[in-house]
Amino acid sequence: MAKREISEINAGSMADIAFLLLIFFLVTTTMDTDTGLIRKLPPPPEDNPEDIDVKQRNIFEVLVNANDQLLVEGEYIQVSELRAKAKEFIKGDKNNPDMPEFKVEDVPVFGPMEVSKQIVSLQNDNGTSYEMYIKVQNELIGAYSELRNELANQKFGKSYDELVAQSESSELIGQQLDAIKAIYPQRISEAEPKKIGGAK
Amino acid sequence: MSKFRKKGNKSQPAVNTAALPDIVFMLLFFFMVTTTMRETTLKVKVVTPKATEVEKLERKSLVSYIYIGEPIKSLQASFGTAPRIQLNDAFATKEDLFQFVEMEKDKRDEAERNLVTWSLKVDQKTKMGIVTEVKQELRKVNALKINYSTKKTDKILD
Repeated sequence: MAKREISEINAGSMADIAFLLLIFFLVTTTMDTDTGLIRKLPPPPEDNPEDIDVKQRNIFEVLVNANDQLLVEGEYIQVSELRAKAKEFIKGDKNNPDMPEFKVEDVPVFGPMEVSKQIVSLQNDNGTSYEMYIKVQNELIGAYSELRNELANQKFGKSYDELVAQSESSELIGQQLDAIKAIYPQRISEAEPKKIGGAK
Repeated sequence: MSKFRKKGNKSQPAVNTAALPDIVFMLLFFFMVTTTMRETTLKVKVVTPKATEVEKLERKSLVSYIYIGEPIKSLQASFGTAPRIQLNDAFATKEDLFQFVEMEKDKRDEAERNLVTWSLKVDQKTKMGIVTEVKQELRKVNALKINYSTKKTDKILD
């Protein structure tokens, strides 16, 4: 039998089909990677909460009003100044009676060590804009992470982020990370909001 | 003699487009791999604020979203411009959050229910009042791991 020539399949419209699919995916999908500030809310309040007395010197008071103005430790400042102030407070100064107290705590790797009893208290108004709130949160988180970074570099020669990245693979680095966290624990407390001043 | 006279009847050979489908398929696969499907149609306008200390959200399957912002332009005629909460595809009130949280938790494996992150996608112009209400509701139902969705930037402007 004579060999019959197989005619080639016309692939001319393949490109059109592929384009159609491409455009479909372009329209229905998003590319945004999710990034954000990760926070932990305090557990729900108990029925009869006990009042915990915290000395005034241990609290770093941050107030934001309905006009997005910032009052830190009784002083009116700009957001750009907040980070430096917060760092100074969190780091503390043993000889200054206005700065937070120190308490000896058991820290991994280093053993007993004096750790500051700092607490950052953030209170905002119902009229505060979300943008401002995030700015303030960002600066406070930034203050903690800068301090942790400095300490990690000084003690272990690695940045805090490197410690976090490597902590899964090595137990020692995990302990080092815990030590840094124990020395500068992130304590940002958010007071119940007040409804004063400004329209809702 | 003109240099530009027509060269007889010789037609130009057509550009070979045989590789075009391959190129387009390559693009297609790139987009299929790097993007994710849109899950909800936004009914509120959300422009998230910028921050420097952002972290990337790991494990998207364990993230549930709560949107807060003013209704989009086409819905403002019927819903007004006051900021609203959107859960899944519909507007909601803070009372609906309880049910929403329970339903979202039920979707996950039993072991992972406490690992769910609640991502708050809030418009930057929203006032904190409504955000605080949502946060208080989340606290009541023990949904404590939250994430304020923000864009990464290098410098914060005053």
